[in-house]
This record gives sequence, C-alpha cells and structure tokens, in this order.
Amino acid sequence: MSFVLVQVIVGGLLLGAVYALFSSGLTLVWGMMNVVNFAHGDFVMVGMYVAYVVYTLLGGGPLVGAPLATLLLATLGIVVYFGLIRDIMKGPMLAQILGTFGLALLLRYSVFWWFGANFLSLPENLVGGTFDIGGIRIQASRLLAGVVALLVTLGLHLLLTRTTLGSRMLAVAEDSTAAQLMGIRPDTMQAIAWAIAAGATGLAGALIATFFYVVPTVGETLGIVAFVTVSLGGFGSVPGALVAGLLIGVIESLSGYLIGAVYKDMVVYALFLGFLWFRPQGLMGKS
Amino acid sequence: MSMSKLVGLLSAAAIMMALGTSAFAQQKTVKIGAVFPLTGQAASAGVHAKAAIEVALDIINNAHPELGNFPLAKNAGLAGLGGAKLEVVFADNQGSPATGQNQALRLITEEKVVALTGAYQSGITLTTSAISEKYGIPFVNGESVAANLTERGFKWFFRTTPIATDFAKVYYDFLTEMKASGAKTDHIALVHDTTEYGASVAATITSAFKEKGIAIAQDVAYTTNATDVQSQVLQLKEKKPDVVIMISYTSDAILFAKTMQSLDYKPPMLLADDAGYSDPSFLKAVGKISIGAFNRSSWSVGAPGSATAIIAKLYKDKSGDEMDDTAAREMQGFFVLADAIDRAGSTESAKIQAALKATDMKPEQLMMGYKGIKFDDKGQNILASGLIIQLQDGENYVAVFPKANAEKAPVMPYKGW
Repeated sequence: MSFVLVQVIVGGLLLGAVYALFSSGLTLVWGMMNVVNFAHGDFVMVGMYVAYVVYTLLGGGPLVGAPLATLLLATLGIVVYFGLIRDIMKGPMLAQILGTFGLALLLRYSVFWWFGANFLSLPENLVGGTFDIGGIRIQASRLLAGVVALLVTLGLHLLLTRTTLGSRMLAVAEDSTAAQLMGIRPDTMQAIAWAIAAGATGLAGALIATFFYVVPTVGETLGIVAFVTVSLGGFGSVPGALVAGLLIGVIESLSGYLIGAVYKDMVVYALFLGFLWFRPQGLMGKS
Repeated sequence: MSMSKLVGLLSAAAIMMALGTSAFAQQKTVKIGAVFPLTGQAASAGVHAKAAIEVALDIINNAHPELGNFPLAKNAGLAGLGGAKLEVVFADNQGSPATGQNQALRLITEEKVVALTGAYQSGITLTTSAISEKYGIPFVNGESVAANLTERGFKWFFRTTPIATDFAKVYYDFLTEMKASGAKTDHIALVHDTTEYGASVAATITSAFKEKGIAIAQDVAYTTNATDVQSQVLQLKEKKPDVVIMISYTSDAILFAKTMQSLDYKPPMLLADDAGYSDPSFLKAVGKISIGAFNRSSWSVGAPGSATAIIAKLYKDKSGDEMDDTAAREMQGFFVLADAIDRAGSTESAKIQAALKATDMKPEQLMMGYKGIKFDDKGQNILASGLIIQLQDGENYVAVFPKANAEKAPVMPYKGW
C-alpha cells in the first residue's frame, strides 16, 4: 500500500471518529424518546463557542473548555427538555421537526447576534501540535477527539447496558406507562437522557473547536453528516454510530483522494442508500 | 372632551403626520435595494458588505468636506436631486440563489427601490439581476467576478469590479515575472469549489493560460463548505505543484490553511483569488499560518489623510474590522450607482440607466485602484484592474505587483507558519 494511502486512511479514521463523537448525542435522544433533534448541530456549535470563550477569556485549552462545555450544554439540555421537548413530544412528528428546527435557528442566531458572523479559530497548537510517526502525520487535537469519541461511546454503551439508571432509561424508552407503574418517573429519565445527549454534544463541540473553524452556521455544515452517521449506524445505537462514523470517514477520505473531492459525497450517499436498501434498520439498529 | 374623542383626534393627527412624512419622504429620499448574504454560511462577507454600504451612505448623505473632491462627499445628499438623501433597504439572500431572487422581487415590487446592488456570491448575483432585468431596474454590482454575468446581453446590469478574465491576465503577468526572477512556475494547480464563482473562475484561468501555451497541471475541485479537505491537500502534496491557485470562500479557505499545516504541506507559491483570503476573519483565524500567501486586490489604504485612508477609518469604526478588498469593491460599486443617480437628476429607471452608460470616472474620483470606470455595451467596466498583494507578516497584505504600485518586493517561497 502506498505511503500516501496510509495517510489517507489514518486521516479518514480520525475524521470518522469526529463524526461519531458528533453523532452520539443525536442517536441517544432518538433511541430514548424517538425525537429527531434538528437542533443537534447547533448544540455542537454552542459547545464550540464555549470552548472559544474559555480560551479567549481564561486562556484555557480543552482541559478546561471540554468539561465546562459538557456541563453547560447538559444544563441547556435539561432546560430545553422541560421548556420544549416534553410538550412537543405529545404532538405529531411535524411538531417535533419544526420545534427542534426552530430551536436550531434560535441558538444559531442568538450566537450570531452575540458573537457576530465572523469566522473564529482557536490556535493550532492548543493541543500539542502534530505527531509524525514515520511520515504519517497525526494531529494531536484530532487524536484527542478520536480517543474521546471511543470513550464516550464505551461510556454511553456501558451506562445503557450495565447500570440501573440505564435500565430505567431504556424501560421508559420501551414503554413509558409500564415504567411509570414500576415506579420510574419518565420525565426524570428523559430529562437525564437529554442532559447526557446535550452534554455529549458540548464535549464534541469543545474538542472539534480545537481543529475546525468556529462560526454560527458550523452546525449546519457538520449536521448533515451526523444524520447520515446515525441512520447508517442504526437510530438509537451508540456503538452503531461509532462504526458508521469511522466507515463514512474512511470512505470519504479514500474516495476524495482516489476519485476526487467533488465525488466523495456522491460515493458516500450512494453507498449509504444502497446499504439501507438491504438493511433499513442500519448497521446495529433494531429491526 | 371624552376619552374616545381624544383618542380619535390623536389617531387622526398621527395618521396625518404619517401621511405627511411619507409624502415628504417620497420627495426627499431615494430608495436603493441591497441584497447580501446577511445570514447563512457567507454571513461574514454579507455583514461586512452591509457595513461598507452604510459607510458609503454616511459619506453621501452627510457633508464630508475632509474627503476633498471625492464624488458626493462634500455636500449632504445628492446635489442633482436637490439634496435628496439615499436610503438603502437591505435584504438577506441567505446564501441561496432562489432567496436572492425572491428578495430582489420584493425590493422592486414592494419597497419600490429605484436600483439594486449586491449580491456577493456570483451564483446569486446571477439570479438576482435576472429579476431586475425583467423589471427594467438598474443593477450595479461591485464584487461578483464570474465572467458570464456580463455575457447575458442584459441591458440593466452594470459591473464595476475587475473580473476573472482581468485577473487571469494579472496572474499570468505576475507568474511570468516571478519566473524571470528565478521562481519555478511551470506546474500549476487550481484548487476551487464548484459554485458559480469557483467553477467559472477556474475555467477562465484555465483557458486564459492555455491561450498563452500553459496547461494547468492539476485541477482539484471540491464542494463548498467542506467538512474535511485532507484528501485534497494530500493530492497536492503528492503532485508537488510549483504554484497553487486557491479559489475558495472563507470557510473552505480556513479549513485548507489548517489542514495544510497539520499535514505539513507548503506549496512553493500559494496564490489566492481574493474571496475567502480577503475576509478579515480569515486573516484573524489563520493569517499566522498563511504567511507568504499571494492574493489579488484592487484596494490600497493609501497615505494618511488621503480619501481612501479616511474611508478606511470610517469603515473600521463601523465594522470593527480593517477594510478588505471585497468590502471596498462593494462600496465602490455603490458610489458609482449613487453618482449615476445624482447625474441623472431623477429616479426614473431609464434615466439612471442612461447615466450609468455615460459613466466616465477618473482614477482620482475612485477609492479603488482602477484605471477608471467606463462600461462597455455588456455593462462591464473596461478600466477595472487589480494588483497582487502578499501576506508577509501574517496580519496585513502589502502590494507587491505590478512594480509601479508595489509597496514591497514579493517574498518567496510560501512560508506558511
């Protein structure tokens, strides 16, 4: 295998890990309560701005920014759940779509109003520069995001499969009335799910901000990939989103390099549709 | 007097006042529509465009004797219309050609604007100006460079900016001179998005160079607002072109700069085609890792106390950012439109159109470094020109070519970070 090709694949894996990290919150919210959160990308955007503010005001890197973004976004998630989601969940699907889409615009243009439309950027060497392993270059900031993506996926998976809290959350997802009869409060569980999902987006945002530009519309740029990742992985499956993210990252990189960047989306979406044809529930979704 | 009577009287008074002011307004203000990407992916450019137009409005509507003989500055309002003030109605194209078109329609039919300007992205100027053409409303564009905009046989479209064909020539001359001074310029790569702007500028450069017997060795096209450009940078890194010409909007330009650094790729020469590379937020975000980048521009801030320096100061006070080439070209376009309305002495479309056709502005009447403004039958300014600038310190561009306008000598090779 040629040398460049290895670099292309490594780059694709790192990109894919970011897609996975970006998507975990979206798939969790879907899995827990069948809500497609169109504001997802904009939650990540808010996380990126938190990281930016932490850097400019406190001079702190992702070690400060990431936990703070996670906390703030988790809080925002709870507020959004009680202020909006709880009510629109009772309505038709269209209400969810428009409700979360409205929230997306509210977040986007609040940030726009506050920070302006300018593109912002964190310093390139905020996370230890770039490793050069035998000529293969790995950016520390992307590697960090990749490692965190793995940890978040593992953590969420363990939470859902190995803990009482996870079982309760799944019980509410399965049948909220029955869960209520067993003494589980659906509201609390779903609020926790939103807090975790939104916290994960904050974390993702703070890490992505270390190597991507920050702008109010960035959620839109990255958001579409998140939806593809989640549907390919299987709606609601956290490990599925990881595998799907990595897959999309590598396919994008390879097709971009071998065929041309203009065609990479075409390749990804053609494969994606072809795959759904055979397996509509996605890689790891329940049929 | 009972309460209801009082309310009635008051509202009658209010209505009369409203009617009175609107009648007054009709007499004393001239409405111009401006379509820009005020939200969406290109909002950064749109917001700067709006600030530029607002500064121009200030200069036109208020007395600015400090600007000397700069057209429309000395007295308040348009002298040709008895001191009438200009009013600009801004509309947001949201980065979408269809929205731009709808906004143009609204500005013309609802707001009754007498002329239009905008719309930043060539692809949106294309659709927006089609509406003004249909309604017979003059459209003056100061910044969109896709060559085909003035190749449509339009009667109401006028463009002041130099366009892709002009720049292709400047690039060729520049590269020829750099080659004479020892730089390698044989292997040229074009990196561009697939928007109207990116695709058409790339095509124009390719054919212009071909006429001179130079084949573009590598063409790297990508979809705008990319989430990742590693594979494109690796393609360049593998082919090792001598010159990389970047034709990119801001978001992609920033991502390219970051990715080139992380993959440790520096072309010997990086020549950018304005757009993203002129955006002040590009310089703030990644200027420090793009040191040595060449770019094109027609704007130069000039000596302290000069009209251009004063305008630059007004702009910085308004927007918080340094004046860049794109904002300046937009402002120049707007001044030309205002000047035509002033000379027309009327808000009638046909008279403004006639005045635009008769435009003959000299370099000293301009804020841009054009050789003048004079439109051909297609509506293109035949005296538009540009120069090459270089980001030598990672913060501000300096003019490096042609020699007559150069502030500093070009520095090779591209340094990056």
